[in-house]
Amino acid sequence: MAHSRTANRYSALSLVREGLRGHSGWQQAWRSPEPKAAYDAVIIGGGGQGLATAYYLAKNHGMTKVAVVEKGWIGGGNTGRNTSTIRSNYFYPESVALYDYSLKLYETLGKELNYNIMFSQRGVVTVAHSDAEMEIAARIVNAMQINDTDAELFSRDQVLEKAPLLNSGDQARYPIFGGVWQGRAGVARHDAVAWGYARAADGFGVDIIQDCAVTGFLIENGRCVGVETSKGEIRAGAVGIATAGNSGVVAGMAGFNLPIKSYSLQAMVSEPVKPCLDTVVLYLGTGTYLFQSDKGEIVVGGGIDRIPSYAQRGNPPVQATVLSGMLEMFPSFGQLKMLRQWAGVVDVVPDSSPIIGPSPVPGLYLNCGWGTGGFKAIPAGGVLLAHLMATGEHHDISRPFDLDRFRTGRLIDEAAGSGIAH
Amino acid sequence: MQLFSCPFCGPRDETEFTFGGEAGKERPEPAPDVSAEDWSKYLHRVGNPRGRTREIWVHHTCGEYFLMERDTVSHVVAGTQSLRGGGA
Repeated sequence: MAHSRTANRYSALSLVREGLRGHSGWQQAWRSPEPKAAYDAVIIGGGGQGLATAYYLAKNHGMTKVAVVEKGWIGGGNTGRNTSTIRSNYFYPESVALYDYSLKLYETLGKELNYNIMFSQRGVVTVAHSDAEMEIAARIVNAMQINDTDAELFSRDQVLEKAPLLNSGDQARYPIFGGVWQGRAGVARHDAVAWGYARAADGFGVDIIQDCAVTGFLIENGRCVGVETSKGEIRAGAVGIATAGNSGVVAGMAGFNLPIKSYSLQAMVSEPVKPCLDTVVLYLGTGTYLFQSDKGEIVVGGGIDRIPSYAQRGNPPVQATVLSGMLEMFPSFGQLKMLRQWAGVVDVVPDSSPIIGPSPVPGLYLNCGWGTGGFKAIPAGGVLLAHLMATGEHHDISRPFDLDRFRTGRLIDEAAGSGIAH
Repeated sequence: MQLFSCPFCGPRDETEFTFGGEAGKERPEPAPDVSAEDWSKYLHRVGNPRGRTREIWVHHTCGEYFLMERDTVSHVVAGTQSLRGGGA
């Protein structure tokens, strides 16, 4: 196993030292090199998934002649636009194997990368509102326990103990009957995940090339041998696509379509307020979920916009739905002022599970279709795409997520299984 | 709130409409001769264009299915057209 050669190791001591000398000694966390003519591997997309792939290519497979090409700035797409929740409360064994692996990697990631990703395992509670929904909640808890991840069926009292401000009155439109609790779930600083992977990958010698848009593919004898970019041609032994909502556009450049439709997913934050919520809460009834950030802001999200879109904005009707959900859940948030609203473009697949595997073009590999849930899967997605690009073979965890499941019919339908709101 | 123009009812709120699919897809026939690969492509593969697109939408209040041309980045609608009397 190789070790990252990061010049400037972060520690409490370095913080004190820099504090005493006016923070004049911090070095850049990664270089900004011009692209070389050829690499062993090129990854398109400098979000969390792409940067993690580069890191694991170097760390797990000893490949350091690697480039990440990013059309904007790293972490500026969905990695910097999601609501940063990390959990593995899925239904099917294939999904739990994938997302729980990711959660486990997250648990040690800050130390491994020598970068504080502020991972806070404060738990996620999914609230049910009727006896019938409690049956479904029990089914999901049982499935999660069988699949060897932590889950607990919460009673009404246990839900209210975790989130006392929830609407517990007799007049609640969505009364609290109980819910699904996953205590190891939590939130992390999303930018820090991208930056931490970027810094560690750079330490291995990976070139991170920002402001470099891929405009086409180099195809020779039916095989992908590199990419055309706004900074010239780059040849590569293997090429990976980690472009989330733009995966359909990038696949189109290589001459194939994907079972992916792009939609806007909105989120918003309030003004900062005093600590009042120390877990993540999702209502099955409203589809709205929220938590309080370390800065005190209430971070709110919900379902996707219903109009296929590449706009990183979001439309007002869904915003109204999400916020009215929040007010039903937390009546005391009625006076909160919302500070910011934004959207990311998510890559939605018919069965709400990712696509990881070879593309129809040899030499070109896919990591896409994460839809609304890619952030939580960054470490696992990086390991799996790196494995594919380095060996040409599936990892055991990624095999069920191959593109061929749409031909064989072996879909992993988490929209039906765990009630994902997209 | 964006307005979409139903060919039958005129301009109405976006919330009254649902996206039905991309226009121009032809169901492969005859069914017994269609390979799993081709059927999978018909069912699941989409162009998912960034920019100008032609789509089938349905207006729930009147049940009208129609063709809409719009831009997936700016959301500007170029026009809508009834599907009565011919396919898309």
